[in-house]
Amino acid sequence: MTVAEDIMEIDEDTQKDKYLTFFIKGEIYGIDIRLVTEIIGIQPITEVPEVPAYVKGIINLRGRIIPVMDMRLRFKKDFLAYTDRTCVIVIEAHDMSLGLIVDGVSEVLTIPEPEIVPPPEFKATQNKYIRGIGKTGTGVTLLLDCDKLLNEKDENVLMNL
Amino acid sequence: MDPMMEMFVFESNQNLEQLEQILIQSEKNGSFSTDEINDIFRIMHTLKGSAAMMVVNEVAALAHAMEDIFFYLRENKPEHVDCSSLVDMILDAADFIKKEIDKLDAGEKADGAAEELIALTKKTLANLKQANEGIGAAADESTSKKKILPGNIEPIAALRGKADVAVIDLDEPVNVFQALIIYQPDCEMENIRAYTVLNNLKNYIAEEHHYPADILEDETSIDVIRKQGFSLCFTTSKDYDEVLELLNQTIFLKDLKLVQLLDVTQWEHWKTEEKAALPADLVEKKDVQKVEASKTIKKAEPKENAHQSMISVNVGKLDILMDLVGELVIAEAMVTQNPDLHGLELENFNKAARQLKKISSELQDGVMAIRMVPLTGTFQKMNRIVRDMSQKLNKTVELHLVGEETEVDKNVIEHISDPLMHVIRNSIDHGIELPEDRQKVGKPAAGNIILEAKNAGSEVVINIVDDGKGFNREKILEKARANHLIHKNEADLTDREIYAFVFAPGFSTNEKVTEFSGRGVGMDVVMKNINAVGGNILANSEPGKGCSITFKIPLTLAIITGMNIRIGRARYTIPIASIRESFKPSPKDIIIDPDGNEMVMVRGKCHPVVRLHELYHIDTAVKEFTEGIMVMVKTEKMILGLFADELLGQQQIVVKPIPSFIKNISKTLGITGCTLLGDGSISLILDSVGIVNRII
Repeated sequence: MTVAEDIMEIDEDTQKDKYLTFFIKGEIYGIDIRLVTEIIGIQPITEVPEVPAYVKGIINLRGRIIPVMDMRLRFKKDFLAYTDRTCVIVIEAHDMSLGLIVDGVSEVLTIPEPEIVPPPEFKATQNKYIRGIGKTGTGVTLLLDCDKLLNEKDENVLMNL
Repeated sequence: MDPMMEMFVFESNQNLEQLEQILIQSEKNGSFSTDEINDIFRIMHTLKGSAAMMVVNEVAALAHAMEDIFFYLRENKPEHVDCSSLVDMILDAADFIKKEIDKLDAGEKADGAAEELIALTKKTLANLKQANEGIGAAADESTSKKKILPGNIEPIAALRGKADVAVIDLDEPVNVFQALIIYQPDCEMENIRAYTVLNNLKNYIAEEHHYPADILEDETSIDVIRKQGFSLCFTTSKDYDEVLELLNQTIFLKDLKLVQLLDVTQWEHWKTEEKAALPADLVEKKDVQKVEASKTIKKAEPKENAHQSMISVNVGKLDILMDLVGELVIAEAMVTQNPDLHGLELENFNKAARQLKKISSELQDGVMAIRMVPLTGTFQKMNRIVRDMSQKLNKTVELHLVGEETEVDKNVIEHISDPLMHVIRNSIDHGIELPEDRQKVGKPAAGNIILEAKNAGSEVVINIVDDGKGFNREKILEKARANHLIHKNEADLTDREIYAFVFAPGFSTNEKVTEFSGRGVGMDVVMKNINAVGGNILANSEPGKGCSITFKIPLTLAIITGMNIRIGRARYTIPIASIRESFKPSPKDIIIDPDGNEMVMVRGKCHPVVRLHELYHIDTAVKEFTEGIMVMVKTEKMILGLFADELLGQQQIVVKPIPSFIKNISKTLGITGCTLLGDGSISLILDSVGIVNRII
């Protein structure tokens, strides 16, 4: 392999199995770090009419328009007023960006594949976004499937309502 | 895509388009002019070369065969040329090449086989030659010329496998040499050595003859070469010294005699039958060649100059530039409308700010203008369609182009080419009657289609008008009834509304499906394409007299002037182009009809009112009409009154699309994008057509 390919391989490895953990109402969730582009503090949000309640609207991020979604409302928890500790995690995949409003960001954990078990089979709709459950030293982390989050369509939304 | 391939695809497409134009022109004139022949030859030559370089062998071979025909036409100037069928054949070849290039453009392999076309081309060339040689006595220039050229081309072709070497030397002086090569005794295999000499020379000589003629197959040639030496006569652009040097490099060379001749006739072993015809004709041929050579040289120069005034630019670069200018507009607004400056009296600053605004405005106009491309190319393509369809359907149709210099954004051009094609095909297929039928009703036998483009305010208007039999109102109504498309009382439907039914998906009044139409897919796609660039279509017709279809497309897509309005705490923007007026309504202007719909009276006319805060569920304190503002917006179908809290002011805005995530989640009708305001906040852009569609 050439040096360039070597470096690329190493680069892949440094991001694999790493999850950014954040908490919502005491529960810890994790998302694949490769999809996270930045973490910012909460900003003024412009509402967009006729979207589901958990889509709070859009924000202006250095000239880019990013939609933001309140994760508490998404996971059917009560709404908590935004403080200066509230963070927005911007994820990006398939040319789409989305900001996730969370209570706070924790740390980056390495959870190798063997430590991840598939989610228990409850109602299919609820667990659509959980890719698996990661076992960490201190507890469990619910790992989100960002692709499903980004690719929501009308049918899904209606089902959840 | 590999940049070389991109360049190949781009240039070849341009060449093919040019070829089509020339061919259609020639066909109209009934014959090929010298310039046209030269141009076509040049295009084929370029196509052949670049195709060979990109290893697209079938295309190269086909272009080569085409080139042969035009070489023949150029050199021999035959009198009996069936222009129309020749044009047909070349257009078929051009279509094949275009298809192959499209495949390459899409990243696939160009795997088409051109054998049949090549065979057809060769046959046509043979027929052409035959048709023109059967005529004329020895005195006829063209016949004797013919004897020289094809006869001489063959040995060259046999030796080198390409016939175009003859072309290269035409532009330069032609010298004739005779060489006698004597090899050292006992060097053996003299015939192979002789062949080596020929091989080494092949790049420099145009025609040649050697004695003994058959050196490879015939063993006796070895003896002949041993005894008499290898005798060679050829024409080349090199001069005496250069040829001498070349020949002296022959291995085992014992003796070399090199003589420059006046012309090939002086060589004793030249093909004897031609000797009689040769002297005068050969000299003439050379003269003609030289004259043509100088003609082509003269023509090359003006073309060079024309090329230098244009540059092809990668569209990606233009897009980046446009985005940057868009950002500049926003940044300029952020500086000049900065909240920090509120209320301050800054005269010098204001002057400078105005200057800045002026310059960024001009820059914006300039960049928008770069992306504008005249419609000429698209309109010219229609010529080919009209020609093909009228031939196939046995109708005579003339296409008139008006206003083709009108410019539109490059994006738009790509989207209107297909709809245009479709509408024109419809006109010819359904609208224009057969010549006999037309004459019966007193119309000229040839149908007319007028394709017109013009600027109207902030829109480009494209009209396609034909003088055929027009829409059949009854048939359309019938079909609409059958497809359950009628929601109003039939008697109330205006002609316009009836004609609008043809745009419904799956709508066709054809009894059966033909190659061209009948499936009912076309007009619907046309509508979608035009809507995709933000435009509109109108159809109008007069039975028996003709039909007209109009496309209206907005000129600028990305940067527009908008009026900012406030509803509650939210800000929205309405494009200025659609605003007619705005006013603070007084109680007597508002009417409520029995169904509870609110309407506003303006100058004696009633228009529906839309309460924006209700439509979009926005919280606001302003609920009474008299406290807010009524903005009258104009759409194709009606004028609407939008009720908002307050007008905030006009601004140049950069339209940014709504994030795809939100588009996927909900279909918000009436909002077509968003923009950043001077203070960094976001304003949603309202689309009056979308709002109208919601309330009807």
